[in-house]
Amino acid sequence: MAEKFVKQYKTVHFNLNGNDVERSVDVRASLTDMLRNDFRMTSVKKGCEVGECGACNVLIDGEAFNSCIYLAVWAEGKHIRTLEGLLGPDGEMSDIQQAFIDEAAIQCGFCTPGFILTAVEILETGKEYTDAELRKLLSGHLCRCTGYENILRAVKKTMYKRLGKAMPE
Amino acid sequence: MPKNVGKSVARVDAFEKATGRAKYMDDLCDRSALIVKILHSTIAHGYVKSVDTAEAETIPGVVKVLTCFDVPDIKFPTAGHPWSMDPHHQDVADRMLLNRHVRYYGDEVAVVIAEDEVAAAQGVRALKVEYEELPFVLDPQKSMEEGVPQIHEDCPHNVLAHTDIRRGDYQKAIQEPGLIRVEGWYDTPTVQHCHIENHGCFAYEEAGRVVVVSSTQIPHIVRRVVGQALGISWGKVRLLKPYIGGGFGNKQDALYEPLCAWCSTQVGGRLVKLECSREETFVSNRVRHAIRTHIISWLRPDGTFVARKFEAFSNQGAYASHGHGVVAKGMGAFPQLYPCDNLECDAYSVFTNTPASGAMRGYGIPQAMFAGESHIDDVCRALNMDPVAFRRKNLMPMGYVDGFSKNELYADTFNQCMNKGMETIDFVRKYKEYQNQTGPVRRGVGVAVFWYNTAVWPIALESSSCRMVLNQDGSLQFQTGETEIGQGCDTAYSQMVADAVGIPFEDVHVISTQDTDITPYGTGAYASRQTYIGGFSIMQTAKALRERILNIAHEQTRMPVSNLDLVDGQIIRISDGRVLKSLGDLAMESLYSMEHSQHITAETTAQIKTNAYSFGCSFAEVEVDIPMCKVKLVNMVNVHDCGTLINPALAEAQVHGGMSMAIGFGLSEQLLFDEKTGKPLNNNLLDYKLSTFLDHPDLQAEFVENAEPTSPYGTKALGEPPACSGAPAIRNAIAQATGVYVRRIPITPHVLYAEFRKAGLIED
Amino acid sequence: MYDMKALYEAGSVDEAVALRVAHPDAQIIAGGSDVLVQMREGKRAGAELISIYGIDALRGVSQEADGTLRIGSLTSFSHITKDPLIQQYINVLGEAVDQVGGPQIRNIGTIGGNTCNGVTSADSASTLFAWDAIVELTGPDGVRRQPIHDFYLKAGKVDLHPGEIQTAILIPKESYENTFGHYIKYAMRNAMDIATLGTSVNVRLSADKKTVERTRIAFGVAGPVPLRAATAEQTANGQPVSQELAEAFSQAVKADINPRDSWRASRDFRMHIAVESAKRAFIESVRLAGGEL
Repeated sequence: MAEKFVKQYKTVHFNLNGNDVERSVDVRASLTDMLRNDFRMTSVKKGCEVGECGACNVLIDGEAFNSCIYLAVWAEGKHIRTLEGLLGPDGEMSDIQQAFIDEAAIQCGFCTPGFILTAVEILETGKEYTDAELRKLLSGHLCRCTGYENILRAVKKTMYKRLGKAMPE
Repeated sequence: MPKNVGKSVARVDAFEKATGRAKYMDDLCDRSALIVKILHSTIAHGYVKSVDTAEAETIPGVVKVLTCFDVPDIKFPTAGHPWSMDPHHQDVADRMLLNRHVRYYGDEVAVVIAEDEVAAAQGVRALKVEYEELPFVLDPQKSMEEGVPQIHEDCPHNVLAHTDIRRGDYQKAIQEPGLIRVEGWYDTPTVQHCHIENHGCFAYEEAGRVVVVSSTQIPHIVRRVVGQALGISWGKVRLLKPYIGGGFGNKQDALYEPLCAWCSTQVGGRLVKLECSREETFVSNRVRHAIRTHIISWLRPDGTFVARKFEAFSNQGAYASHGHGVVAKGMGAFPQLYPCDNLECDAYSVFTNTPASGAMRGYGIPQAMFAGESHIDDVCRALNMDPVAFRRKNLMPMGYVDGFSKNELYADTFNQCMNKGMETIDFVRKYKEYQNQTGPVRRGVGVAVFWYNTAVWPIALESSSCRMVLNQDGSLQFQTGETEIGQGCDTAYSQMVADAVGIPFEDVHVISTQDTDITPYGTGAYASRQTYIGGFSIMQTAKALRERILNIAHEQTRMPVSNLDLVDGQIIRISDGRVLKSLGDLAMESLYSMEHSQHITAETTAQIKTNAYSFGCSFAEVEVDIPMCKVKLVNMVNVHDCGTLINPALAEAQVHGGMSMAIGFGLSEQLLFDEKTGKPLNNNLLDYKLSTFLDHPDLQAEFVENAEPTSPYGTKALGEPPACSGAPAIRNAIAQATGVYVRRIPITPHVLYAEFRKAGLIED
Repeated sequence: MYDMKALYEAGSVDEAVALRVAHPDAQIIAGGSDVLVQMREGKRAGAELISIYGIDALRGVSQEADGTLRIGSLTSFSHITKDPLIQQYINVLGEAVDQVGGPQIRNIGTIGGNTCNGVTSADSASTLFAWDAIVELTGPDGVRRQPIHDFYLKAGKVDLHPGEIQTAILIPKESYENTFGHYIKYAMRNAMDIATLGTSVNVRLSADKKTVERTRIAFGVAGPVPLRAATAEQTANGQPVSQELAEAFSQAVKADINPRDSWRASRDFRMHIAVESAKRAFIESVRLAGGEL
């Protein structure tokens, strides 16, 4: 090893699930590392750590990102949401979480948090999507247990519920 | 009438998983852990002559470097099989913690233990290994040839095992005049489980014992293997299994638990963590055996089988792992599925310099069904017979009994399942409509059935233990040695327990985390055995607990036991139906009684000496874009007879997942190796084509419920069966659409390009 | 954690240029979906990084006075797809980058990163080649503009001078006016994949929609860098719209492309798919332009 390595830290200020927070982080950390290690957000899962599975997905300023390939220091000034932020003040589940349970869209549970957050982004557009569009919008996540079928059902059901429309057969 | 069994109750772990609170291995590991990273072999075969660790040891943060020259001289087995008291039936012990004789590109050579992952990775990159290279072989049939280097010292011609089945007189039978001969070679690929949570574990020493927390399907077995690998008595090892992010058979092996445990012992018992990267998971865990199968069928023109030949060459990879059991199971299905009087069957498991093949969802049956069910459609083409009619004529009939397992087909399962599937996909109309198409884009429908059985009896031990502990409020905890890995057995068991004990479902608390110090013995999640096997010990333990409860009720109420019942958590006097007291009141009084204090618990072990057939079928509809060499799967239906459904919604969900795996197996997944170096080419989730949300049609799961008489709950295998018949159904659908009968999977555009050119469907 | 030696963050183009001059060996990181993955694999381990991700001035699509479309280099794929100017003038680019990876990758991946890593499979690149895009580079000596085919030097290597960063991709009005295009990504699955072959075609038809005034076609993965198929273009230019023309046009691409054999796909396979894709993309482009064949 040539020259001596000096650890570099940076204080990052951001909003996490509605709360303003700050942390001094090693600049080498990914956002996954910071959320899991410094904030103990266990919903942020490590499945590949190269942006190919979607298990570490979080919402940054309303858009879905794989936090494993996002530098922690880039969180500066951002609004970040993880699955932990979906619960109501008294621990009540959001409609989309409940739909994942009701539609048996959860098996091993490892891809679940990432999927639910992408579903949140989809649902918050307030738009009505076809099945094909929903499949495309959800296609950044891999799941090996469900064949995606019940995940589609859960998202679709919640979409129609929020739109106040009956789900077409 | 069961109150809970048969209902689609929500998963007992659903809230934890839907909120991200469920704790998996890494969520439980303290952040103080040292990180272990492995240096994997960069040659496919050879000997490590030296490892220069000097530079790695100077890297800041590196705590220790250990190499294949440091490990104990102990070889151990890794397969997730119950231990056998018969030495001839024990799994092959052919691995060391780190290996000087490296047998595939990715074998373990050394480890670096460091304060963080970056230092550990830098340390691994700084190690300099000197190898003595040997020739290597990637193909099992080539591996059997003369002059090929031997991969294991005690295994000539690299054949780990060869078994056969002989029935009647094949050679004589084929002399019958007028027979039609149909022959084919069928290839299935090396694929990987791709559970979304990679395998990982952490270990530390406590009170003179080593504690390992692992993402595994088989905690009690891994405990034993850690003991064997480290050369310590098994009681010195404690293994914990929290929630795991899928397994599908990969984690039905001891993976890196022994190495991780040993690393902890080499740094004074400090906490060390070993997490596989996705790239390591693909190569250095386990893969599914690639199997090449040769089938010859001799038939009379009326579609009767006269004689059949079956040969299978199974790519075992570099280590024995589950070994021959996988291809042997596939061969075992052959004479049963389409009974025939004259048979010659041979199966070979052959070592090659590729990743070790182990258990994977289906355990040899997806491979055997691709070969067997593709071959049936080849036969139908040769005989000009309808594929459904042919199957109805020749499939295992109702009442069939297998001499070895004593399994019996109690119902007309195959016809019932095919009828339901045909109706769901509108098979008859579509099959007719899609005959003799022309044009660049064509459709086809296909069918395939599958054979499966439940659990491992009589090949190996089947037992299950269950413990129930009653609380003061009348609720109870229960635990079994069977393992929740995402498939939902915690929920199914909770339903069974509620009904068997006679308490409300809400009063049943499953202990999901398994801890070999306190969880009763069980061998874990494999062989689609959980619901079937667990049902025996649950029923038996519930009976014992009820007996204790009713005896105490007798003490407390003076009513005879024969006039007492426990229903919905209430002690009932049978004669007038009056509620005498709640179970909670009984338990409180019992526990705190100054006269006769009793903690109400029960624990039993059930040994299971039965096994059950679990059959079904797949139907697929495809659209083939011939110029683009692309297949679009338009529809897929699976129908299963897995007996009585314990939880229909979870059963349906599990079928979807198996179908998805079959789709990947049939159309896109394959782990590739460089012919020149043996190096894996696509060991990541971008280059390995696991099917995505956009590669599936809507999946339809249907059931035929013939209660299984040998099961206390009427249930039988469902975990693996959904992955077994999808690929050949897709293949047969492509054949109907195009007239091209592909004999290898995955049927990628590359394969279709070659086949379509050969068939003159495209030209350049 | 990533094995990086140091991280330098730029908040403006000037800062980025200054950092580039100060740290000539440092790797630029835009969205990171390539650089961080390579770093994780060990290929760029130990590197210094200059992060330009924070330069918001490089985000967004605008139209310059002469009609040129200006796409800031840090504009993410998803924002390109959603952008009204893109949808109006060069919708095919939005469609092409909407096929990169999956949704999360399209939120982090930038068009600047996609073109600066110099890979032939980049989904944006073939369309940018086919539309004669101009690359804007800013360095210590100011701004220079370069046609995209000159920007690609060889596989993995682009013409980025010391001290420079890419600041925009420009589409001249002459390029997009009255022009309609279609992109076909050929991959082994329908999401989360890299192109086995990318084919981008665009056409401008005569006023009566009967004649091809101009057609342009570019491929990704048909050579070491994205490339145009000049013979095919000449075959179609000035010709009456017809099925036969689509056929002749697509057959002509064989004279222009030079895919290689790799474990991902054989040369013959890519040649075959290129011809079929060229035909289909041409027919679709003509249809979008209002032509009938």
